[in-house]
Amino acid sequence: MNIQIQPQRTAAEAALVDAFGERLSLLPGNGEVMLKRDAAIEALKAGLPTRRIETWHYTDLRRLLTTVPAFEPTAEAKAVAPLVEGSSVLALLNGTAVKAAAIDGVKVSPVSEKLGDGTYAPALGPQGADDAIGALNSAFVADGWLLDIADGTVLDKPVELQNVQAGGQVHARLAVKVGAGVTATVVERQTGTGAAFVSSVDNVTIGEGSDITWVIVQEQPETATYLGQFNAWIGKDARLTLFVMNAGGKLVRQEIRVVAKGEGSDFQLRGVNLLAGDTHTDVTMVLDHAVPHTGSREIVRNVVTGKAHGVFQGRINVHQKAQKTDAKMACNTLLLSDDGEFSTKPELEIFADDVQCGHGATVTEIHRDHLFYLMARGIEEKTARGLLVRAFLAEVIEELEDEAIVEALEARLIDWFAAHG
Amino acid sequence: MLEIKNLHARIVEDGTEIIRGLNLTVKAGEVAAIMGPNGSGKSTLSYILAGREDYEVTEGEILYNGESILEMDPAERAAAGIFLAFQYPMEIPGVATMEFLKVAMNEQRKARGEEPLKVPEFLKRVKDVAGTLEMDMAMLKRPLNVGFSGGEKKRAEILQMKLLQPKLCVMDETDSGLDIDALKIVADGVNSLRSPERAIIVITHYQRLLEHIVPDSVHVLYKGQVIKSGDKSLALDLEANGYAGVIGEAA
Repeated sequence: MNIQIQPQRTAAEAALVDAFGERLSLLPGNGEVMLKRDAAIEALKAGLPTRRIETWHYTDLRRLLTTVPAFEPTAEAKAVAPLVEGSSVLALLNGTAVKAAAIDGVKVSPVSEKLGDGTYAPALGPQGADDAIGALNSAFVADGWLLDIADGTVLDKPVELQNVQAGGQVHARLAVKVGAGVTATVVERQTGTGAAFVSSVDNVTIGEGSDITWVIVQEQPETATYLGQFNAWIGKDARLTLFVMNAGGKLVRQEIRVVAKGEGSDFQLRGVNLLAGDTHTDVTMVLDHAVPHTGSREIVRNVVTGKAHGVFQGRINVHQKAQKTDAKMACNTLLLSDDGEFSTKPELEIFADDVQCGHGATVTEIHRDHLFYLMARGIEEKTARGLLVRAFLAEVIEELEDEAIVEALEARLIDWFAAHG
Repeated sequence: MLEIKNLHARIVEDGTEIIRGLNLTVKAGEVAAIMGPNGSGKSTLSYILAGREDYEVTEGEILYNGESILEMDPAERAAAGIFLAFQYPMEIPGVATMEFLKVAMNEQRKARGEEPLKVPEFLKRVKDVAGTLEMDMAMLKRPLNVGFSGGEKKRAEILQMKLLQPKLCVMDETDSGLDIDALKIVADGVNSLRSPERAIIVITHYQRLLEHIVPDSVHVLYKGQVIKSGDKSLALDLEANGYAGVIGEAA
């Protein structure tokens, strides 16, 4: 006899289910959207993922998510200065898209509008049974930005998408459809001031021959929970460079799901995780090389201080027909404290026989000889350590081609070290 | 300027004693050469002077301008004017050479209570010194010592020494890995720093370097002790007859 045992809901699970009931009447959406929301909350009712779910093994969300705050519709969030001066800023303040200036070559709509008329319904819903972030976000998403970049558009300044919380809950969508032959940089800021619970899902489709740089800077306060998911589909001969910097948050999971679906497409991931205090940060990537002649490189660098725990899971699936795939992944961690911890799990699943794939992971401390050399030139220990840690990260940041972005990111690094170094 | 008295030191990790009752005095204005066979403790002495943690002083004293430096960390010693030109300068990926030079110069200025250098003044100084060492400025845009040839690394050490203007220079086998042209440039760099206020210790295997940097005193190090001291003729004697005679005399 089989008996389905439904474990008792945790406080956080109960709060989510209750919040959905209370929030439902305020959520935008036509009938189709509302059906998707119902299906998504049903998926959540089965419980948040635990360590027994393979993709959540190092981030037992059910155990780690102890509380979920109520919505705070009247809280005021303020837009922040853009990473790069002169960027076109599209802000989402406490979950609501704020009207902004037009951008040449880019059609911009608030997601609430597209939920209202149902055109956004197909993009809702979890992608598989372990997609808790997709389910959560689909149930609650109220707004966000939808960008449609016309063929041949070349943006000389970044578009900056800001998701700024002020406590409570925020569930956002950032969706960008990139046409063919586009060159653009998108900066995504995830920040705020409160002990918020934030989910944010990106859907990015990239047309033929386009070259897109996407920079996620996550700097939530050490009281906030942030669950992010970046989905991208890269078309023929197109290139996506994704840079992710995690420099905050109490409980953070950033999922990256990318499909190299056009021949000649290329994906580059560069990640920097700055982990401090008693925090938990998980970056989980699933990359599909679905067609022949595609390439990817992933380099993730982590600095762990305090009692922080970090996770990088990188899974590369090379499909059977994806011959000539060239994929390499590396994860390097600098452990600066005895109580810090970093878990790395690289996975390669290869069904094609003519490919080049590899991965490597290292965990090191600061090189004592390097430290001695710098100190022997009169650089005091703390400064010398800071130089060496920044050097470890700068190698990844400096690979970005845009000087203004490199400088801005290095400035964020320095700020982080000033606060946590 | 430097007085080393009955120094005993060992490797922290395995307790091996390397320096065994070493005595040495170097006066301001003096260029002292330290010679000796492999394994005599020459490089260890240079590391101990610079304050490397891998060695532990178990007995004796090192006085610099009359004060003990044993409790000072490497950065404090450097700020006080002690400079070690490394035999094998470290390659440090990700740290730009120029940034390193700027931080080092300004940290030392800070330790002495001076204002940081303004960027144009800093650049001018680096350019001037690089010119005298026939170094390409493009090289200094690279990460510190990364991809530098052996000779370039040694030049970079001299560049740092000339920029930091230390009071006590310790040069560990500066001649190794240098061709004759590079040797001449490096020696000229060192000679340009000779002054009545500065002492220079040149550690070397060979007389060759001492033809270019003529020492005031020569000290033979063997099994962690100075077993013989003399003037520059001692170096010539060693070159002609090897260490065996001197070692025999001492034993």
